[in-house]
Amino acid sequence: MRADRWETLVVALLAAATVAASFGVDGFANGSNVAFLLLDVTEIALMALTMTLVVVAAEIDLSVASTLGLCCAVLGRLWTAGLPIETIMPICLVTGALAGALNGLLVTRLGLPSLAVTIGTFALYRGLAYVVLGDQAVADLPPAYTSLATQAIGPIPLMTLLVAVLAVAAGILLHATGLGRAITALGANEEAAYFAGIRVRRIKFWLFVASGAMAGLASLVFTFRYASARADNGVGLELAVVAAVLLGGVSIFGGRGTLAGVVAAVLLLAVVRNALILADVANEVLNVVTGVLLVASVLAPNLKVRLERKPVQ
Amino acid sequence: MLALREVSKSFGAVRALREVSLDLAPGEAHALAGENGAGKSTLVKILSGVHRPDGGTLLLDGAPVEFHGPADAQAAGVAVIYQEPTLFPDLSVAENIFMGRHPRRSFGRVDRRAMRTRALDLFARLGVPLDPARPARGLSIADQQLVEIAKALSRDARVLVMDEPTAALSGPEVARLFGVARSLRDQGCAVLFVSHRLDEMFALCRRVTTLRDGAVVATDLLADLTPDDLVRRMVGRDLAALFPKQPAAPGEVALKVERLTREGVFTDVSFEVRAGEIAALAGLVGAGRSEVARAVFGVDRRDAGSVHVGGRRLRGGSPTEAMAAGVALVPEDRRQQGLVMDLSIERNIGLTNLRWGLLSRAAERARAADWAIRLQVKYAGLTDAVTVLSGGNQQKVVLAKWLARRPRVLIVDEPTRGIDVGTKAEVHRLLSELAAEGLAVLMISSELPEVLGMADRVLVMHEGRLVADLPRAEASEERVVAAATGRPA
Amino acid sequence: MTAATAATAATSGGLAERVARVRELGIVVALVVLFGVTGAVNPAFLSPSGLRDILLNSAVIATLAVGQTLVVVTRNVDLSVSSVVGISAFGGALVLADHPGVPIPLVVAGCVLLGAACGVVNGLLVGVARVPALVATLGTLYAVRGVDHAWAGGRQVNAADLPPGFLRLGSADVLGVPLPVLVALTVLLAAGWALRNLPQGRELYAIGSSPEAAVLAGIPVRRRVVSAFTACGALAGLAGVMWAARFGTVDATVATGKELDVIAAVVVGGVAIFGGSGTVYGAALGALLLSGITSALAVLRVDALAQTAVNGALILAAIMLDRLLALRVARALRRRRLRDAR
Repeated sequence: MRADRWETLVVALLAAATVAASFGVDGFANGSNVAFLLLDVTEIALMALTMTLVVVAAEIDLSVASTLGLCCAVLGRLWTAGLPIETIMPICLVTGALAGALNGLLVTRLGLPSLAVTIGTFALYRGLAYVVLGDQAVADLPPAYTSLATQAIGPIPLMTLLVAVLAVAAGILLHATGLGRAITALGANEEAAYFAGIRVRRIKFWLFVASGAMAGLASLVFTFRYASARADNGVGLELAVVAAVLLGGVSIFGGRGTLAGVVAAVLLLAVVRNALILADVANEVLNVVTGVLLVASVLAPNLKVRLERKPVQ
Repeated sequence: MLALREVSKSFGAVRALREVSLDLAPGEAHALAGENGAGKSTLVKILSGVHRPDGGTLLLDGAPVEFHGPADAQAAGVAVIYQEPTLFPDLSVAENIFMGRHPRRSFGRVDRRAMRTRALDLFARLGVPLDPARPARGLSIADQQLVEIAKALSRDARVLVMDEPTAALSGPEVARLFGVARSLRDQGCAVLFVSHRLDEMFALCRRVTTLRDGAVVATDLLADLTPDDLVRRMVGRDLAALFPKQPAAPGEVALKVERLTREGVFTDVSFEVRAGEIAALAGLVGAGRSEVARAVFGVDRRDAGSVHVGGRRLRGGSPTEAMAAGVALVPEDRRQQGLVMDLSIERNIGLTNLRWGLLSRAAERARAADWAIRLQVKYAGLTDAVTVLSGGNQQKVVLAKWLARRPRVLIVDEPTRGIDVGTKAEVHRLLSELAAEGLAVLMISSELPEVLGMADRVLVMHEGRLVADLPRAEASEERVVAAATGRPA
Repeated sequence: MTAATAATAATSGGLAERVARVRELGIVVALVVLFGVTGAVNPAFLSPSGLRDILLNSAVIATLAVGQTLVVVTRNVDLSVSSVVGISAFGGALVLADHPGVPIPLVVAGCVLLGAACGVVNGLLVGVARVPALVATLGTLYAVRGVDHAWAGGRQVNAADLPPGFLRLGSADVLGVPLPVLVALTVLLAAGWALRNLPQGRELYAIGSSPEAAVLAGIPVRRRVVSAFTACGALAGLAGVMWAARFGTVDATVATGKELDVIAAVVVGGVAIFGGSGTVYGAALGALLLSGITSALAVLRVDALAQTAVNGALILAAIMLDRLLALRVARALRRRRLRDAR
């Protein structure tokens, strides 16, 4: 209930923000700015897709940005070692998947809380990234890929199409398949799901693997987009991803949430950020907007419930 | 002493209580009867300050009072033993008893020694050997309930409210609890006793107030009533025989359990259940019955022994495997294990039938509707969350969810616990019908009349071992109780 | 249970408390090993000035970890502490730099109050408006940092701008112990005493152990949750002062990302992330261990960059150890129940 209403509101806010920015902010509504805006959220959007599934399953993965960093470091390291980029890219995806698998094993086999586990691996993977690459930046990446990462068809960047395809796939997975139903059920009540024969641990394990692999994919986009592989790539992105997921109406307690809401939230944050930057408001001040929206995403439905309850009395 | 005057309470569109009046007198035990959903729990929660009435007044010693929260009710001398134990798993048993009103020393410090001695005193009064220093985590349900009772006793309450306190207790524990309740009553305490077990009401109480659909039907002296009268007041009609098991010719062995062992829980349990047969697993709470069921279904691992379903051996440790072999388990804890409370009726029913690939919502809905109708679930819409259903209807949804898989072995763990009398009879009839259709049913129950009425065979467990396997003709109340308590018959 | 076993239970204290003690002992052992090995390789590590540095480095995080513990035992979490440290450090430094006449104690009090105010906001959001703590404090983490940036507008306060009296707070010794360490120690002992001995402290554990049961027990849950967040915020404000006094150079990015370090210290210290158990002493020891490792790695000439990885591994080891202990306790309880039954 909360999810449905809130999503509509996020979509409305997105529309309102877009309209307001188009008329109120110079340079917002032109093709190259829109392309830039969309491109700029690629990594957050990618990681938010799998994060949605993880959070609906009542877990969390705070290590995604560190996994991204680790994959970037692996990429940089192997590239300087002279491996062909076509070999490196699958290795990055596998690295991400392995990082996710470690999270998944600790959570599902040892029964540890994912919040604590992924705070640990958040530090571990970032540290490993530094061990792999040190503090150097690898910049001489193949131009074929760096330009591919920034290419656009009209105002729509290629990478945005990638996000769109994956978002639709994730949406179908969550909302229209048995697996998605199982994820929702085990997020709402793990014990009942287990008693109904749902393979709770196996599903959770693969969700963490998917989250890690998606961070690996995001690391490729990030590296090519900025044409720079560094161990500190993507520092702090985990909070942006979690913020987008929660703003999209996914319950932090699991069992509730839709992908459409999350995609709308990612875009809303991107539009507001872009508009504020164009309007010469310092980037960091945007934090206030993110923070307030995040709190409002839970507060508003709560208040509404309370107001609706009043007249009955 | 404490009285309700025309108290009403609504939750959204549901009117849980309508102008209910009730008088609790000092030195008297008062029973509260009614089917599930009749408003008993709401009434208890109003007395305990959890809910506030929309209309009407609470009178304490004749003066109107308002409880703004549980703390107010406690200050007024109301102590409540809830149906479901509400303990702090991380804290010690002693601290659980005194949380919210610790005994204090200088500088407002907690007086641990006083807490411990007083806890030991309380346990001595209840005759239970619990260590006040151990954490509450890992206590059996019965022990948790006893801690709850100690908590209520420690309050020196003027009004003691007991909301189905005996659901998890065994015979001697119930007797001890009643002993304590009687002595409190004799000291001038007012007791309100809520239960589904009629015999207990007659044993403990003087008067009974019956609720139906949120309103008071009558308040009577129990001495003037027969149990049948009381049931009629509760359901508003005469009931068919409570336990209508039809005899059915047992078929082939559907479930065969051999020397099943889980260390420290149960040992060497062997039995068979045939198609068309209802086998009851009886015994005291904590004898290991539910644990056997869980191991058979694969929710828990087994340490030794084997389980065969329809001749096929299960590897164990996997509900998915047991389900594929045709086993279904309606678990003990409906809200926690049986249902996903936030999900709709149709999705709960669909939960046992998830496949890879895309779902067909139409098929899901049709399946749910079929079974909801067959089991006569009362609902407004299949997309309603199961939270809004009454306990009995929730249990029917759990049954529907499993029956929709067409199992060959159905294990039901306390299938009628906390369910009103009317629905109970329906569940019994359903189990009987299913057995007649060739289903093998293993029923765990703590209610002896249910066991004796329903079962073709009674298996009795005592302290983790199967101690008796009695055919229907030989299963008498005396023999089952003797086996369950470990006495030679 | 017989009278004899009751008596042993009485003398040995609760099982839960014994486990907590074992857990803290574990960190102490880890600290001893760390200091022993590092000292053996490089004796300078154990010199008075070396130890002094480690203590000074851990004082801020330990103070924050104590505050965080108060919140975590109630089954909540405060991610916003780093931003509160930031705004308190910057605000305090800015006032002192622009108005050198303002008395220092007043500024310190102001910073603590500012932190407490942030804590009240968190507490109201979580305790009264029922926003999950992770969401609420992630929101205030962003919001407070944003306000900090808006306030600073890119400005940086340098040590030269600050009154020497203030900077001395960060390094002065009292009875041979650095002042920030003394402050952290006082905070630790006070919080530890209150959590163990005051009913209000016990009630924080009760809330974290079972929020529903806490309501039924008549505990003023909202008020306690708001208090815990307020105390955590106030300590973050205090930590901001300590930060500014110690480093002298302060801008709007102070302490960014430190929230996860603090939570790491708490988790390493054996405080259960889902509330109900753990002590401030454990959390403070966790903070000491983490900063000890940082210093040790530097002394051992291990690449400073690897340190993050070591911290991560340590957190994982700590939660695995907790899990192991919990399983053993569960087994012990099961045995005991069987014994009782006989």
